[in-house]
Amino acid sequence: MAENEKNAAAAPEAAAPEAAPVKKAPKPASPGTQALRDVVSKVYAAAWEAKEAGRPVGWSSSKFPCEIAEALGLAVVYPENQAAGIGAQHDGQRMCEAAESLGYDPDICGYARISLAYSAGVETTNESRRVPMPDFVLCCNNICNCMTKWYENIARMHNIPLIMIDVPYNNEVTVSDSQVAYIRGQFDDAIRQMEKIAGTKFDEKKFEQACANANRTAKAWLKVCDYLQYKPSPMSGFDLFNHMADVVTARGKVETAEAFELLATELEEHVKNGTTTAPFPEKYRIMFEGIPCWPNLKTLFKPLKANGVNVTAVVYAPAFGFVYDGLDDMARAYCKAPNSVCIEQGVDWREGICRDNKVDGVLVHYNRSCKPWSGYMAEMQRRFTKDLGVPCAGFDGDQADPRNFNEAQYETRVQGLVEAMEENMKQKEARA
Amino acid sequence: MSIEGIVKEFAAVAESPREQLKKYKAEGKKCIGVMPYYAPEELVSAAGMMPFGLWGSNNKTISQAKEYCATFYCTIAQLDLEMLLDGTLDLLDGVITPTICDTLRPMSQNIRVAMSEKLPCIFLAHPQNRRPAYGKKFCLDQYTHIKIELEKISGAPITDEALREAIKVYNRSRAARREFVKLASDHCDVITAVMRSAVLKAAWFMPKAEHAEKLEALNAELKALPASDWKGVKVVTSGIICDNPKLLEIFEENKVAIAADDVAHESRAFRVDASETGDPMEALAQQFADQDYDVLLYDESSSENRRGEHVVRLVKESGAKGLVLFMQQFCDPEEMEYPSLKKALDEAGIPHIKLGVDQQMRDFGQARTAIQAFADVLSL
Repeated sequence: MAENEKNAAAAPEAAAPEAAPVKKAPKPASPGTQALRDVVSKVYAAAWEAKEAGRPVGWSSSKFPCEIAEALGLAVVYPENQAAGIGAQHDGQRMCEAAESLGYDPDICGYARISLAYSAGVETTNESRRVPMPDFVLCCNNICNCMTKWYENIARMHNIPLIMIDVPYNNEVTVSDSQVAYIRGQFDDAIRQMEKIAGTKFDEKKFEQACANANRTAKAWLKVCDYLQYKPSPMSGFDLFNHMADVVTARGKVETAEAFELLATELEEHVKNGTTTAPFPEKYRIMFEGIPCWPNLKTLFKPLKANGVNVTAVVYAPAFGFVYDGLDDMARAYCKAPNSVCIEQGVDWREGICRDNKVDGVLVHYNRSCKPWSGYMAEMQRRFTKDLGVPCAGFDGDQADPRNFNEAQYETRVQGLVEAMEENMKQKEARA
Repeated sequence: MSIEGIVKEFAAVAESPREQLKKYKAEGKKCIGVMPYYAPEELVSAAGMMPFGLWGSNNKTISQAKEYCATFYCTIAQLDLEMLLDGTLDLLDGVITPTICDTLRPMSQNIRVAMSEKLPCIFLAHPQNRRPAYGKKFCLDQYTHIKIELEKISGAPITDEALREAIKVYNRSRAARREFVKLASDHCDVITAVMRSAVLKAAWFMPKAEHAEKLEALNAELKALPASDWKGVKVVTSGIICDNPKLLEIFEENKVAIAADDVAHESRAFRVDASETGDPMEALAQQFADQDYDVLLYDESSSENRRGEHVVRLVKESGAKGLVLFMQQFCDPEEMEYPSLKKALDEAGIPHIKLGVDQQMRDFGQARTAIQAFADVLSL
């Protein structure tokens, strides 16, 4: 059974299984999947251990260069991963409403609202996603500008330092030397600020090791993602959403690279045997565009399963595959987040994986929580249809606030997409 | 000219930006649309072209922009795209698209795609870490790119001399607007909220030298007036934009005057001058580095509530009794900073109201009730 279905009622992002209030006993995870879950659990446990030992704990945005904290031995947790887990455990709405009672508008990103409520002292029912309060915050706004204000608010609530790496939005496919110089300057300042917090000097060797780990993780992640190219795919692409937790929270750890490599060997075995972990025969293959609606995973999955629609492409594959060599190259790599690149780069990434992974259609999540992501999807949809000749369907939803998702609309849109893919297929067969 | 006469002229400009555009085009001037926020307009002026502010519209409905944009985006950006698509802005020769918020990021792409056969789009990404040397250098690089693109449109180089001259003109305009804001408060019996808005709004659609000259004349007239004996209340306004005359009329109806503002379309846009000496490009980058107390900008001292405290000071120093926040719908930066602003105001004992606004609003019934009640509270 696919990860997504098992975890639909539980935490999607490799939460500790014992914390998930599942109705029926899940089937045991494969060794690779279990190893990935353990990595994330350890990240949370390490933060608690640090706090108890009197060492500082940081909260970090998911695409802040984790290599720096890793080299300095600083314990760090990731509010985006926490918010996704809280959302998936159906505590997102309550946390969002708590933030609203603090004055945060319901139109603000659901992750930010959940995190700000937690930061203000509202406890979550998802025990696996509880974290110690921060002693510092690490913000990189390559994902969005909302992140800047979100982390400023946390810094203000706790009167703690904020280390800010600003990645300006890029209108070109290439990253300019000007942009690299700006980000390098910020890296150097961030290192100095974080040395003070850690109370230790920055160790180049440890940093190189963290970078080597992060590169190895990125390559293993990309390798796992590439297995979606096989027809039929040896897994459901929804599983990648679950495994994202590892690339978010533990890119710089060797255990993460090893766990992905283990998963890759399992997938290789499935390919050899012609088997799959997807829980249904694959009839159609689609790209799922955007962050999933974590509170509604089961609902998202249901009509896809019923129609034999497998997700074989997600933009997170290239988006987290940070492979680089040296600090300047690292600066370039961190400029390439999904929401910091121009439309041509965004289309190129997506069309690349759509072609490689042989999709028949695209399902687009217009995510109420994510303005930079959803803001040019209409134009992207037109390009997918024009360039790839595949149908696209969009639905309204939210990554964390279930009030912005409508099941009936979603089902209708999926149905429409399936009909269009069926028609396309018939025409192809007629031509053959 | 009388106060009324000068204000009337400003109001005519503010009410019909398109007529202004036609006028300058007829005079043979090239016009560059400038979207929010903090674009270095001085460069446009130095290139001998007319910068034209793009802050949405109170008279348009979003229709064609829906082809590019979902509904949950700020209407200023959506209406700018709408006017680019529906031909309202066809006379423009280019548009500058800053990207300092999450709506403007993708909107820069939508506009570039939608205008690909119609109009050059000049991209601008400001640095948030704008004060360290590397931040100023990045800003300088961005502004240099804008300069080059503007030169392509105008067909002539922008000289340092012309830029220095433009900076002087803009500093003069900013100083006149700052003085006007004070005088409008001192003489709020004469300068109503609607008139104040029209005077400030007109600056986005006029050459700054012309606006400054007219405004200095108005300021001189206001200075000559006897002290006002205002019987109503005074407030500070805050938000992105509050230029709808119908909404501002409610202020007048309830004897609410504007003592000062923390509004992006108004004072936030003319608080900071650029140096008139030294390298003029560096002066512009330094000017951006000096911007402060803005929800759109990163605050290096973010563990403090500096912006909230700044607004509190503004209320106290301007003699206002309360604050009216125009909350632009779907504006993340304003929404994210509201709890901190509220905290600072509450701690200082300053009452405030938050009015949800967007530029497609035509019915201000709720705002009327809220402003009436607020005026009553402040009069106690």
